[in-house]
Amino acid sequence: MTAPSPAAVNKGKVTVTNFSLSYDTLEGPVEAVSDTSIRVDPGEFVSIIGPSGCGKSTLLNAVAGFLKPTHGEVDVDGDAVAGPSADRGMVFQQYSLFPWKTVRENVEFGLKMKGIDRSKRETSARTLLGLAGLLSFENQYPDSLSGGMKQRVGIIRALATGPKVLLLDEPFGSLDAQTRVIMQQILTNMWQRLKTSVLFVTHDIDEAIFLSDRVYCMTARPGTIKAEISIPLERPRHQSMMLSSEFLALRRGLMSLIREESLKAMGGEVNEIALQGLGIDLHGQTLADVI
Amino acid sequence: MEGAVLRLIESVPGSPAIETPSAVPPAAKPMPAHRGMNKAWRWLALHRRELRALAIGAMSLALFLLCWHLLTKYRVTVYIRFINVPSPEMVFNSLMRAARDTKFLNHVFLSCRRIFIGFAIATTIAVPLGLVMGRFRLVREFVFPVSEVLRPIPAIAWVPMSIMLWPSNEESIIFITFLGSFFPILLNTLHGMTMVDPVLIRAAQCLGAREASIFREVYFPATLPYVFTGLTVGMGVAWVSLIAAEMISGQFGIGYFTWEAYSLVQYADIALGMICIGVLGLGASALIRGLGGIVMPWGKK
Repeated sequence: MTAPSPAAVNKGKVTVTNFSLSYDTLEGPVEAVSDTSIRVDPGEFVSIIGPSGCGKSTLLNAVAGFLKPTHGEVDVDGDAVAGPSADRGMVFQQYSLFPWKTVRENVEFGLKMKGIDRSKRETSARTLLGLAGLLSFENQYPDSLSGGMKQRVGIIRALATGPKVLLLDEPFGSLDAQTRVIMQQILTNMWQRLKTSVLFVTHDIDEAIFLSDRVYCMTARPGTIKAEISIPLERPRHQSMMLSSEFLALRRGLMSLIREESLKAMGGEVNEIALQGLGIDLHGQTLADVI
Repeated sequence: MEGAVLRLIESVPGSPAIETPSAVPPAAKPMPAHRGMNKAWRWLALHRRELRALAIGAMSLALFLLCWHLLTKYRVTVYIRFINVPSPEMVFNSLMRAARDTKFLNHVFLSCRRIFIGFAIATTIAVPLGLVMGRFRLVREFVFPVSEVLRPIPAIAWVPMSIMLWPSNEESIIFITFLGSFFPILLNTLHGMTMVDPVLIRAAQCLGAREASIFREVYFPATLPYVFTGLTVGMGVAWVSLIAAEMISGQFGIGYFTWEAYSLVQYADIALGMICIGVLGLGASALIRGLGGIVMPWGKK
């Protein structure tokens, strides 16, 4: 069951066109995301990166079906997104495992909702748990797992129903650096095996480059796409590539894009003295000109 | 990764890293004959704190009994008067007599039955109502004001009204018991519903769960720990209400027994009734906690 049928491989095209979303406040509507268009081709791994509060999670939540766009459309395989569904599996930063279910019951949950009978559910869940190296923990409750284990369960739980696209919202944000790197490797391995389309939100530049085929870089609020960068690094990728000149060049490029936006997002809190240690070259301009 | 590092170290010839471990095992592994002793010793070491608490607890209880004994033996009168207070021995004798007395056992049985019926009705109404109130704003907005007006009225204050409302004494006492446990259960369930992590709801939706499944698979289990807090508190209040109701309007029950003992100048029975009420309340709470542990196995590490 875990290996998707060949037909499924061709599915999972996400198109977001002229998307904007605003919240109503007393002072009037505040725009979180403004006129944004992105796409994820079937089987592609795409990341959205940007400073905190740029609306990248908002965009992801709209694809998941939790938020309705104020303007524009969100389509998956040509059908407009009307609400959350098992077609779009989601992984959250806060793990979000059901504490009252064992690891295996968590993984089985989506299949149970589909009405698949117990023995089939168990077999699929076991296969996936095996892939993630968690088979020996199948009967434990999530509280006894480490953060990295929990998130592995979260990922395979989202994959168990065979979604067209996997949405990840800063999934490794609360893991320590070492675990993070291992999790990135595990995620790429699983993705290469299953070939599900992936939309990945992060603020970590290395992570975005290491994982993705393509990276969208967003501006500060109201968020919109500032740049779209293809990552031509060959696959399978290894941690050692992070030191290659190709990787570093991409990193440098993305970093300067992000830094500009982060400074904008921080607004008036930044002054020249604070910038000294950051090695930002103002090229003779004043800070106000740069920002 | 760790394994690789260890193997690297081992492969270095003549390094002290190898020699030290090879010298240690005989000392670290105890002989089979001593293993049993060793285990018992380790168990003691691991449970030192619990054992200490147990010993101190026993000592404190013994001290309490001793004080009681001395105060009643010498009939101490320092503003408060121990002249008529029964001694522990008298209460113990009274207990021995009561344990064989069907009338006393009947009192206990009737009180337990009232608690069981009142508490069961309160649970079957308050838990679903709390869940529905937590899920549907309209229901909450409609029911909450009434519950807030009635809640601060102590169940004891309902005794006269209850006698008027219900055809028999038995029903009015059960009603009082019901009232006592109803509000703690309702409010805790409602509170539990508001504490459900919204991310879990979203996770369930993303896995294809619909309203009914989300209620069954997420809201309900997430609220269970709060429900059990409500049940424990409710059980305590139910006993308070029951005893008060029995003392005022009963003809049977352990509360009535205690009050009757005072009227009949059987002072040892007063203490016996009190202790009996305490033990029953403790047992009821322990029962609920035990049930909670069975129903919510994920709470245990």
